Amino acid sequence: MSLTDFFSRHANEILQATLEHVWLVGATMLLAIAIGVPLGVLVARRPWLSRPILGSANIAETIPSLALLGFLLPVPWLGDRADRLAITALTLYALLPIIRNTAAGIAGVDPAVREAARGMGMTQRQILFHVELPLSLSTVLAGVRVATVLTIGIATIAAAVGAGGLGEFIFRGLAMVNNQLILAGAIPAAALALGADFLLSVLERRLRPAR
Amino acid sequence: MSDATSGRLETIIEFRNVGYRLPDGNELLHGVSFMVPRGETLVLLGRSGAGKTTALKLINRLTEPSGGEVLIEGRRTTDWDPIALRRRVGYVIQETGLFPHYTVEQNVSLVPRLEGWPTGRIRSRARELLALVGLDPAQFLERYPHELSGGQRQRVGVARALAADPPILLMDEPFGALDPLTRMEIRREFVALQERLGKTIVIVTHDTSEALLLGTRIALFEAGALRGIYSPREFLLSSEPVASAYVSQLHTLEEFERGK
Repeated sequence: MSLTDFFSRHANEILQATLEHVWLVGATMLLAIAIGVPLGVLVARRPWLSRPILGSANIAETIPSLALLGFLLPVPWLGDRADRLAITALTLYALLPIIRNTAAGIAGVDPAVREAARGMGMTQRQILFHVELPLSLSTVLAGVRVATVLTIGIATIAAAVGAGGLGEFIFRGLAMVNNQLILAGAIPAAALALGADFLLSVLERRLRPAR
Repeated sequence: MSDATSGRLETIIEFRNVGYRLPDGNELLHGVSFMVPRGETLVLLGRSGAGKTTALKLINRLTEPSGGEVLIEGRRTTDWDPIALRRRVGYVIQETGLFPHYTVEQNVSLVPRLEGWPTGRIRSRARELLALVGLDPAQFLERYPHELSGGQRQRVGVARALAADPPILLMDEPFGALDPLTRMEIRREFVALQERLGKTIVIVTHDTSEALLLGTRIALFEAGALRGIYSPREFLLSSEPVASAYVSQLHTLEEFERGK
């Protein structure tokens, strides 16, 4: 059976797994942005916090993903549901690029612009929301793009704890020594990564402030 | 707010024995005292690192004195709410600090918006301000800063600082980044503008001719200390060594021109 036959015969299953994958990645990214951007702001604002925050995010990045899932499994509330567990682990991986780029974006705002904002009587909050964040949006988005591509790849491991997604095919294919099954997981995952990378880079370019 | 006993000229800015020291102990300003009456244009003249910009930033409390006190309208800057103080003090810097993601209109109407003016008034104020600094509103309101020339950006910077009609205007080397011809043109317009508006203005510059042209008085800074305050005429005739050094530099220029 050729690969195309295999794909057309299992189209429904592949679509199902792809949607699961998109859900895992989407939920992870929302969570990672919600946590990572404020942490990035904190790193930019309070330099003494930059080592502990970036250090922790760095360490999370170095833990092998299978091991991280294993570590989190016995944690009470987290281990109850497979997708909850997977999303938590994936979020820990996605944080570093988002935190780092948010901090770099804010640090990269022209000091003259920030000083003018202060001089005009804007509060710290107004400066953050009206000046610093809008001006670092494209840098933050570059971090989100890196994190998304990374997460799409790592999310295939989520199948190891039964969270579904395209990893299901890969693990099954490995167990059955069936390359077509492996490719049924790997090809859509690669396509998702390329698609996300393209869309986010278009968005990033459009948001880049003109100089 | 200010005491009536000070006579006809009400003091709006006062430095009392002001010092400023960096956290690393480096002293940028020491023992500076002067008064600025309402409506004056005071030029802070000095070389780079003489402390003029530091003195300027003490006025809108971008920095706070480490010794002595700075009074604005009779109240210590440290007693002012910094936000309220800065809304009463327009601020123009060399690189203009225009927000690159805002149109000219959004830049100019920023402070009125922060102050919660009604929309209609904000819009008409933006048009009025652009006309005031010699830019055609129809042509410029929708542009972004990167679509403007250096001189146009500087005009927008001045318009933005004037937006909420602050009684005090601070300018840090406002014309420094412009080419000589544009600089001369904008300076002349600025003198005319200044006569119409009657603001109290403090300008930092290291350019002697600019100081003489714009200032009603010139405060000469050297190595973190105030060497003296002169009217332009007194400055030209002064025998104080630092002042005469600036003046002789002007003369050299004239002689060079005459020699050609």
